[in-house]
Parts: sequence; structure tokens; C-alpha cells
Amino acid sequence: MAGVIPINVRRTNQNKARERTLQTSKVIPIFLTAIALIFFILMLIVPLVSVFVKAFEQGAGLYYAAISDPIAFKAIKLTLITISIVVPINTVFGLIAAWAIAKFKFKGKNLLITFIDLPFAISPVVAGLIFVLLFSTSYGLFAPLLNAWGIKIIFAPAGIVLATLFVTLPFVARELIPLMEAQGTSEEEAALTLGASGFKTFLFITLPNIKWALIYSIMLTAARAAGEFGAVSVVSGHIRGLTNTVPLHVEILYNEYKFSAAFAVASLLTVIAIINVIIKNIADWKIKQQTKI
Amino acid sequence: MLTKKKIKARYLSFNRNVVIAALLITSLALAGCSTKASEASGDQLGKGLVTLLNVSYDPTRELYQEYNEVFTEYWKEETGQDVTIQQSHGGSGSQARTVIDGNEADVVTLALAYDIDAINKNKEILNKEWQKRLPNNSTPYTSTIVFLVRRGNPKNIKDWDDLAKPGIQVITPNPKTSGGARWNYLAAWGYALQKYGNDEEKAKEFVKAVFQNVPVLDSGARGSTTTFVERELGDVLITWENEAFLSINELGEDKFEIIVPSISILAEPPVAVVDSVVDKKGTRKVAEAYLEYLYSEQGQKIAAKNYYRPRNEAALKEYSSQFPQINLFTIDEVFGGWSEAQKVHFDDGGVFDQIYIKQ
Repeated sequence: MAGVIPINVRRTNQNKARERTLQTSKVIPIFLTAIALIFFILMLIVPLVSVFVKAFEQGAGLYYAAISDPIAFKAIKLTLITISIVVPINTVFGLIAAWAIAKFKFKGKNLLITFIDLPFAISPVVAGLIFVLLFSTSYGLFAPLLNAWGIKIIFAPAGIVLATLFVTLPFVARELIPLMEAQGTSEEEAALTLGASGFKTFLFITLPNIKWALIYSIMLTAARAAGEFGAVSVVSGHIRGLTNTVPLHVEILYNEYKFSAAFAVASLLTVIAIINVIIKNIADWKIKQQTKI
Repeated sequence: MLTKKKIKARYLSFNRNVVIAALLITSLALAGCSTKASEASGDQLGKGLVTLLNVSYDPTRELYQEYNEVFTEYWKEETGQDVTIQQSHGGSGSQARTVIDGNEADVVTLALAYDIDAINKNKEILNKEWQKRLPNNSTPYTSTIVFLVRRGNPKNIKDWDDLAKPGIQVITPNPKTSGGARWNYLAAWGYALQKYGNDEEKAKEFVKAVFQNVPVLDSGARGSTTTFVERELGDVLITWENEAFLSINELGEDKFEIIVPSISILAEPPVAVVDSVVDKKGTRKVAEAYLEYLYSEQGQKIAAKNYYRPRNEAALKEYSSQFPQINLFTIDEVFGGWSEAQKVHFDDGGVFDQIYIKQ
């Protein structure tokens, strides 16, 4: 996440001198790059490739069958529904929170930052159990209400959405706060003094400035929402075709000795991860360009 | 010129609008997904379509997959109603837990009677006399506990004695969460009692020695199978007979062998309709039929095909070649029933805690 913080530090002469001495030795950079590359290949590329190898082990026909199986299809559908609810909510919330924290001074600001970080600090299992405690229809805090209205939260899609919402809450805010703090408020102040409305200022000044960081943070949120296992596993009840998300379905297939099918479905999650990395790279590049101007 | 104060005021008023908009969106979205949930769980009668949720334990995945298809057809022929059966599998204890927490199972098909009783502990969710409602203590099929070893039986494991020998690694799940593991534990205990002339202390020593050979306790039977089969950990897996057959079928006879001990326990995995749920959802009729059909010739054959020992004599005869003759004792004979066994052995501070913590 630190990768997108644009630090526009003016290099002092001292720094330049140090750079020059480092560059005179060509062996060290090559050596370090080689170590990084080998590590990268061993830890990332090999496992990623092996997912696809295993997925296609028994041919493309079986791969297609595993993905188009009705229960797998429903798991994919549920994951997509979850993403489509969670991402907009957390984007709006993250924008507001980042805006408030980066551009204003108010009491309790640090407390708010701590609260935003909380889902990162809490183990997903605990996060899931919190929702069981709240929404269990037999002893939960809201049990009388839920029973009176006939609403089911846990062991139903709503619980999965809630758990995912909780776990992915910090991503957008955490991504935007450092960038917005670095950009300061001078541009918005200029726009407002020139008579632009608050909304116009947001639309034409703030939003373009944070556009790429926002896109990347949305991608991160979506990827985590698709991949979340722990919290979702606790509130799901593992009902096939109803409360099974893609990661839970992968586990089921694996436990049923359907290894190729398990990896076929897992490869879908891997594709999301790869798209994510590509968008992050584009975003990083764009942010650098923006801050250069 | 605007003063700084005015700028700030404008800024804040905009901020307020955004907050209101966000709250609106959030509540709309939440309302959206909760209606979706209530639709899913709502009353489905009268639409010619009904949904049953069967909350089951780990190794029955393949059994119910096959049975559900056959029952769906049968029910359509009988009543013209389309029934969709949803399945959920996991460790028997943890599955009972989700029903206690409010998972609305129409029927539970768990590994042992105690877990169904546990559902009733806090609140009466199903009739206390549930086990008397269907024949054979509400267990349409039985199973037993056998050993799975690697091909050629390299450690020469023949009977329960061999599991207590030093240097043998035994794989079994955690009796606290897994029903199968409790059957495993009690089978070993029953063997020791017989061997040492009902000496409880010696039996305790024996079972302790077996559990000292266990390097990892998984939470469910399927997890242990994966540990033994996929991670290739351990010399012997204590497991359900049906689970052992399934591993061999799925992964090849060239890799594993089943060893049948001299004596084992008659494992009775029971089934029950969850009264409060079926009455609320209006699914009692189809839920009861779903369990009763397990006792039919067709249902019994599917059970046998999936390596569960059928109750029906004809079905047992037809599949007799696949079920080895074992000397079986029941939990009532040796332990005085499930609640007694649970209290003595598996509750907190019970015998299992004593022998497993002490090592």
C-alpha cells in the first residue's frame, strides 16, 4: 500500500553524490536484482503457474465442466453479488473517511483512523463470530427483532455480504489518506475561492487528483471481497448453492477429491489477482505522471 | 473574496450531503440484501416448489448427492412437487453448532445421537423423543470403524494393539469436534476393555498410548483423510468404513489397504426432522418423507452402494461381499448410551482431556 504514496522529495546534492557512488559499482545492483528475481519466481510465479497446470491437468473440457457446474455457477454468482454490494458501499465510505481525515482537523481524528484499521487487526474468524453473536436467531443480540420480522442474516447471503463488508472496509480509506494528505487542500481552496460549488470542486479537483489511487483501491477491495475465506466461512453454514462463495467452493471440491475441479475454480480467483497486479502497475505509473506535472 | 471561514462552511455543507447520500445508499443496499435473504427462506409452499436443507456430517457427501437426486424424482412422481435439497457438510459437532446458532436445517443427518441431542440443549428445537420416531433408533444405515494403511501394510498393522506400539503414527480427528473421532476413540476403548477383562484403568492406559501416537488432530473426518492421503502423514488412519472405501475408490487400490480389526464398534449415525424449522417453513411433510425414504429398498441400496451398512436384509445380502464380517459391540452395551459416554469421556475435564493433555 505504501507503493502509491507519491513522495516528491527534492533531492539534495548530498543525495545525488551518494547515488553516484552507488552507481559506480555495477555488480551490487545486478546481484540484488538477481536475488529479488529468483525469490519472486520461486514464491510467486511457480505457485501461480502450478495452479493453472493443475487446473488444466485433465483437459479443457473438465475445466469448463468444473466452472459451469450449477453449484459452482451459483458460488460464482454469489461472489459477484457480494462484490457488487460491498465495493460501492466501501468506496463511498472510504472516500468520505479519507476526505474527512486528510483535509480536515477535528477531535477524534486519530480514533477514527484506529477504527478504520480495526478490520485489519481482527482475525477474520473473530470477525465472523461477532456476526454470529449479533445475528444468531436463537441467542443473538438482535434475535427478537430478526424473528419478529422473519429475516435471516447469518447462514444466508446477507451474512456473507456483511462479513465481507467488515473485512474489506479499510482498503479504500487506507489507500487514499496518504495521497490526499500529501496533496494538501490548496487546489480545493483555490477552486472554492473562484466560486466553484463544493460538489464541483470535488468532481473536478479532488476526484481527478485521486482517480488512479481510487481505482486501485477499488480493485483491492473487489479482490479481497472475492477471496475472503475465514469470516465468510463462519457465517456461511456451507449450504451448497445458497451460501457457498467461490473460495468455500474450492475447499469443498478439494475435500471431495476433485482436485482438478478445485484448481479450475481456484484459477478464477488467481485471474482476479493477476488483473489486480496489472491495474496496480498502471495506477502507479499514472500517479507518478500526475505528481510530476 | 470569500473568507476562509466561508470556504470551510461550504466545504462542510458539501461533506454533509455526501454523508447523507452514503447513508442512503448503504441502507438501500442492506435492505436489498435482507429482502433477498427473506425471499430465500420464506414460505415456498403452494408454488409447486419446495426447498429442504439437510445439515449433515463430513463423509456423507457422496451418499446424499446420489440420494437427493433419487428422492427428488420420487417426490415429483408422488406429489408433482419439485423439491430442491440443499446440502451442508462439516464435522458433526460443528454442524450441530450451526443449527444451534440458527442455521435453519429441515433435517439433520449427523454422525451420532449426542450431537442431535446437543441441538436441544438450550432450547427445544426438536422433539425430545426424536430417536423413537423412526425405526432402528432413527439410524437408517450403520457403519463401523476400520483402519486404512499404505499399500503392502509396511508397519504390519493387524489390530488395535499395533496402534499403541511406539513408533507408529496414528491419524484420527479430534473427538471434541468430530463425531467419527468419538466412535474411533470408543472403539479402541471397547477393544481394551475386552482384552483386559473390563479393567477401566488398563483401558485408559491403552487409549492413552494410542493417542500418544497421534501427531495431528484434524477437526473433521474428511480433514484427517486428507492429512493421511494427500499430505501422506502417518502410518495408519482410523476411520469410518465408508470413508476408507471411498479413499481407495477415489485414489486407487495401488496406494492403500483396508485392515479390519478383530473387534469394533457398531456406529449408528442418526437422522431427525427439526420440528421448529419444518413447522415454521411448512415443510414437515416432505422432510419426513425424505427421511422415511432412506429406509425404502431404493434408499437402502444407495446407502450400501456408498459403503454404509444397510438395515434392510435384502440390500445387505446383495452387497454382502463388500462388508467384511466384524465382531461389533454397541455403545449401549459397553458405555451405557451416548449421554453417559459423552459425560465420562468427552466433556471438559473428561477422560479424553486427562489423557490428551497429560502427554
